[in-house]
Amino acid sequence: MTDMLTVISSTGATKKGYDAGLSDEELLHCYRTMLLVRSFDEICLKLQRSGRIGFSIPNLGIEATQVGAASALRKTDWIFPSYRDFGMALYHGIPALEMMHNMFGNAEDAAKGRQMPVHFSFVDPIHFYSISSPIGTHLPHAVGAAYASQLRQEDTVHLVSFGDGGTSSCGFHSGMNFAAVWKAPVVFLCQNNGYAISCPSDEQTASDGYAIKAEAYGMPHQTVDGNDLLAVRQAVLDASERARKGEGPTLIEAVTFRMGGHSTSDDPTKYVPKEIVDKWKKKDPVERFRKFLEKRKLWTQKLEDQMRKETLAEVDAAAKAAQKVAKPGLETIFSDVYAEVPAHIRQQGEFLFDLSKRRGEADAGDGEFPL
Amino acid sequence: MANLTLIQAVNDGLKTAMRADESVVMFGEDVGPKGGVFLATEGLTAEFGKGRCFDTPLSEDGIIGTAIGMAMNGLRPVAEIQFQDFIFPAFDQIVSEAAKLRYRSGGQYTAPMVIRTPYGGGIRGGLYHSQSGEAYFAHTAGLKVVIPSTPHDAKGLLLASIQDPDPVLFMEPKALYRSVKGEVPEGEYTVDLSTLRTVREGRDVTVYCYGAMVPVVEKAAAQAKEQRGIDCLIIDLRTLLPLDEEGVIEAAKQTGRVVVVHEAPRFCGYGAEISAMIAERCIEYMEAPVKRVTGFDTPFPNTLEHHYLPDERRVLDAIEAVYDF
Ligand SMILES: Cc1ncc(C[n+]2csc(CCOP(=O)(O)OP(=O)(O)O)c2C)c(N)n1
Repeated sequence: MTDMLTVISSTGATKKGYDAGLSDEELLHCYRTMLLVRSFDEICLKLQRSGRIGFSIPNLGIEATQVGAASALRKTDWIFPSYRDFGMALYHGIPALEMMHNMFGNAEDAAKGRQMPVHFSFVDPIHFYSISSPIGTHLPHAVGAAYASQLRQEDTVHLVSFGDGGTSSCGFHSGMNFAAVWKAPVVFLCQNNGYAISCPSDEQTASDGYAIKAEAYGMPHQTVDGNDLLAVRQAVLDASERARKGEGPTLIEAVTFRMGGHSTSDDPTKYVPKEIVDKWKKKDPVERFRKFLEKRKLWTQKLEDQMRKETLAEVDAAAKAAQKVAKPGLETIFSDVYAEVPAHIRQQGEFLFDLSKRRGEADAGDGEFPL
Repeated sequence: MANLTLIQAVNDGLKTAMRADESVVMFGEDVGPKGGVFLATEGLTAEFGKGRCFDTPLSEDGIIGTAIGMAMNGLRPVAEIQFQDFIFPAFDQIVSEAAKLRYRSGGQYTAPMVIRTPYGGGIRGGLYHSQSGEAYFAHTAGLKVVIPSTPHDAKGLLLASIQDPDPVLFMEPKALYRSVKGEVPEGEYTVDLSTLRTVREGRDVTVYCYGAMVPVVEKAAAQAKEQRGIDCLIIDLRTLLPLDEEGVIEAAKQTGRVVVVHEAPRFCGYGAEISAMIAERCIEYMEAPVKRVTGFDTPFPNTLEHHYLPDERRVLDAIEAVYDF
């Protein structure tokens, strides 16, 4: 593996004179966002177990990678996320409620209840690109979007995030290759969290880590301790700076560990050896950052208790509110297939609408078929 | 005989094939120690070792491409695509390579292999864990497309597919994985490909279906009988390509009234082929226009999937409509 960038030591210390480039308030925002992600996980697990949502994706263990990377981006930059990037959205102020609407697939959901939970899509306050389930498809999208920014001479950076499994996809190869040839302003963030569902990293690739793959494409790379928020931030800042200067893309590998299952449907005890989990438990990313804050006199137990209470309350309130929102109207099955609804789809919509009315099943809010 | 769910029958079929023939190998994403996301391959690595049941890197293109290489060189690969929705990176390997290898080499090279993949809705999977893409593949010469609907057929058709000299896409209705149970013979047996299954005899209306729609049609037919005395002949197509065309025409002629049901979208869907076949070959026997009950021509929704998927009432409406025509 190539040299691993770290900033915060296991005791929370940083090198003398180190400056994260973040105010105290921003540092606390990073910490709070990680707690918010934990609260989100906790509540989604409960909602899933009680059958109120179908599915969720745990983020335990990888919060620092997400939040560190997000903290290096500007609001004008674009994020091409994976389904496990809750922290990036929350860091940039996408409300927990908006995300909960997606978890419930209700009428307020930006994707109109069409997607599975955790398949978010936002354009405001930052471009958080619509998530697709097929792995790796979004890498070339980020490169194309970056090309557009480059052509218009904007200094926008396009960060694309994916897992270790994602590096085996066709999209990884095409995306990396095109970006390097075009010198496109892309930051490739590979979150090596140890497993792709049950497939361990050493069965995913025979290369020495993932960062090194960049060399074959003629692209610089950086391996970074993914449980060290400020190291991830630093790597993304450096890569972004190069991208903004027209020096092209970078591949960053954040080495971290998925402490939970792949999803709420997965039982990792079947394939993850307990020793590995125990080893990573000692490297908890939230604790590491807390120690850093403590050394800076920014952290107190009181603050911690308050933040935990607040974040849980925030997510809980979001879940309760989202749960009350009605299902999407029937017309959402038929709209947005094209810019204009073609005749055959309109007919099918009218058919379903009449049928549901006859059966007395048209959902509240379904008036006349509006399309 | 054992009373098994459909997923257990698939698992049993794989074990039976691997015990009988050392050249059978099973691979894909998460099929090893985890046993597959639906547990279709549970216990296989333990019994047959890592050389014969193993995980691959996350690349469908790689999975199918390497399966073709194995198949041409003496193995009988069974490759799993975790969800049919994720098969498209391998579309080229399936359509351009596996399906055309025999033809383009004049029979010198062949790809006797099985691609197993769960398909269809009903599990709250949204756009990308619910699709029924059989029509894309049924349009491909050189490929066989098989869809079982009972545990008995799942095992028997799987064993026949593994023994088949040509590439077979074996689509498993995931909505039925655990919701249907049935008697499954122990050990080896096959159900011939390209044969139909008569689910229910009847003289009034013929209903064609396959996969997860079969139990839906059975319920609708029971209601049609109960409420209106309409006797439906239900045909489970179970091999979509190559299809038993004679059997299909025979069944249409028996009643002169036809309904075709599938959960895939309607436009250019499999029902269009059945309808065209009937129009071409036996329209003079028809008492009513053919009716299709299908998914809509939209992507697959999540929250409203129960509105998207044909249900027994929609099927019943169609049965009554062709009966009353
Ligand atoms: C093309 C494709 N194949 C298979 C899947 C099923 N699947 C969903 S997540 C996943 C593992 C992804 O692992 P990784 O890229 O390492 O990301 P992580 O989940 O670890 O964050 C798989 C195989 C998929 N979504 N897309």
